[in-house]
Amino acid sequence: MHQIYTRVFEPGFFASSPVHVAIVIGGIVAVVSAVTGVFTVMRGQSFGGHALGDVSAAGGSGALLAGFSPIAGFVGLGIVGAGVMDLIGVQRLRGRDLATGIVLGAAIGLSALFLYVDASSGATTGATQQILFGSIFTATSATISVVVILGALALGTVAVVCRPLLLATVSPDIAAARGVPIRLVGVAYMLALAVSVGLSSVATGAILSTALLIGPAAAALRLTRRMSWAVLAACLIGVAATWLGILLTYDSYYWGRSRQGLPVSFFIVAVVFVSYLLCGLVSRRAATRRATPAARPAAAGPDQVAA
Amino acid sequence: MSDSPLISAPPADVLRVAGVSVSLSGRQLLDDVSFAVGPGEFTGLIGPNGAGKTTLIRVILGLQRTTAGSVEVAGQPHSRRGRSVGYVPQKILLDPDMPMRARDLVALGADGHRFGIPVPSRARKDAVAEMLHAVGAERFADTRVGLLSGGEQQRVLIAQALISRPRLLLLDEPLANLDLRSSQEIIGLLARIARQQQVAVLLSAHEMNPLLPVMDRVVYLAAGRAASGTSAEVIRGDVLSSLYGHHVDVLHIHGRILVVVGQGGEREDAEPEFAAVPVREAS
Repeated sequence: MHQIYTRVFEPGFFASSPVHVAIVIGGIVAVVSAVTGVFTVMRGQSFGGHALGDVSAAGGSGALLAGFSPIAGFVGLGIVGAGVMDLIGVQRLRGRDLATGIVLGAAIGLSALFLYVDASSGATTGATQQILFGSIFTATSATISVVVILGALALGTVAVVCRPLLLATVSPDIAAARGVPIRLVGVAYMLALAVSVGLSSVATGAILSTALLIGPAAAALRLTRRMSWAVLAACLIGVAATWLGILLTYDSYYWGRSRQGLPVSFFIVAVVFVSYLLCGLVSRRAATRRATPAARPAAAGPDQVAA
Repeated sequence: MSDSPLISAPPADVLRVAGVSVSLSGRQLLDDVSFAVGPGEFTGLIGPNGAGKTTLIRVILGLQRTTAGSVEVAGQPHSRRGRSVGYVPQKILLDPDMPMRARDLVALGADGHRFGIPVPSRARKDAVAEMLHAVGAERFADTRVGLLSGGEQQRVLIAQALISRPRLLLLDEPLANLDLRSSQEIIGLLARIARQQQVAVLLSAHEMNPLLPVMDRVVYLAAGRAASGTSAEVIRGDVLSSLYGHHVDVLHIHGRILVVVGQGGEREDAEPEFAAVPVREAS
């Protein structure tokens, strides 16, 4: 029994302070990403979320170059990117792909420049790995408070606009006719999305922030018919995947003889992907079980009213 | 419904459209459109595709600016009508796998414009259940909206629009994608709602025959201009001819009405009413 325990939790896991910081930051980031992610998937803006990840990469690498903490760049430029996407027309369904594509291209170009200069200046070795694929184990406890504040900001924004946002997702015309300031609600949500993507850039890296945003949400949406349960399930899946990923990363240090750990973002994304597949299996089995006893009757109302 | 509001004041018009014109980038979409709708009246907004029906609905909703004229709903000239107008759009943008049940959508009709996290309450739940019952949607209340058939979705959208107790219910082509039977059911449902809840119903359609037995009033739109009155007053060769600006025949065949639009200068649907359906006996 003890042997299994030590195989799962390699020595020092619970005593390691980088692990503590990683667990806290990872947990918060997972929750924020999962909540905004559910709305992102509902609104069909996964591509926009990914573009904001690329903007984060440009921001993070630029911040490193300028001597700031990458998180300032991740979030800061992400917010600017969200604003630009709104100006180009992300709120219109047809303008969405265009706005996203333009911002995404510009952001990757900037990242290429910044990362090249970062790498060749030599002072910031490993910048490419850190910005693109995350550095949760090098985060300090000072980062925690920044993550808490920004996370609360993003979650608070989503909580405030959640109902008008849903209504506008179902039908922008109904929402507008009811007096919902659609543009404002859309901008608020994009800002929350930018902050959340910026935060997950800390954990899984800017490139992979989409995985933590979309993966748990998409998995949760396969499980439930209710919005509130979907948000809850996405949070659980996201947190579980992040923590399991952190544990596996720590353990991976002991796997080979080389005593070299594998990247945490790989493990987190791998767990997210597997849980997405599992949720698909669960929902398909549930669907067949529901369908066999009595197929849903054909469309017909109970009250046949002759005009 | 038993708890419909008692109207003690003399029944003023619920909707008054006066001299409304809309032009967009040089095109005249609506030209001096005027009509009024009283409480509990069932009005059909009839006309071929491209006649301006959707534009007029958007004007009434306050989503489309006018170049001239005014719109009053329940005596209020506000551009955003809020709760006094219930709106049923032609379609909703929701994938089948999105987690929104029919009852969730109806609840959004009650408080979807409010900020903050919804607080579940008994009253809210009861109001939703009552609306689902009123439109005959209880059977699929827990089904995802995206999985419902066109007719089922229409019922849910109607419940969503009615839950805020509007004075006017606006529907944009609610029968467009429905089979004959579902569309008869929706028409019957709307006629009952108009009568029992004293909600004025204004719905747009390009096919008038299924609506003839229930319509109190027709607003016929062609090329941006409108004629309104009872169907006997409006659906006549001379009225429609002056509306279209060229000769139009109105034929009565086996209880159906066919509007035959000749070769005018402007593009119209060659056969707007040929897909006519037998009119049922009025009850």
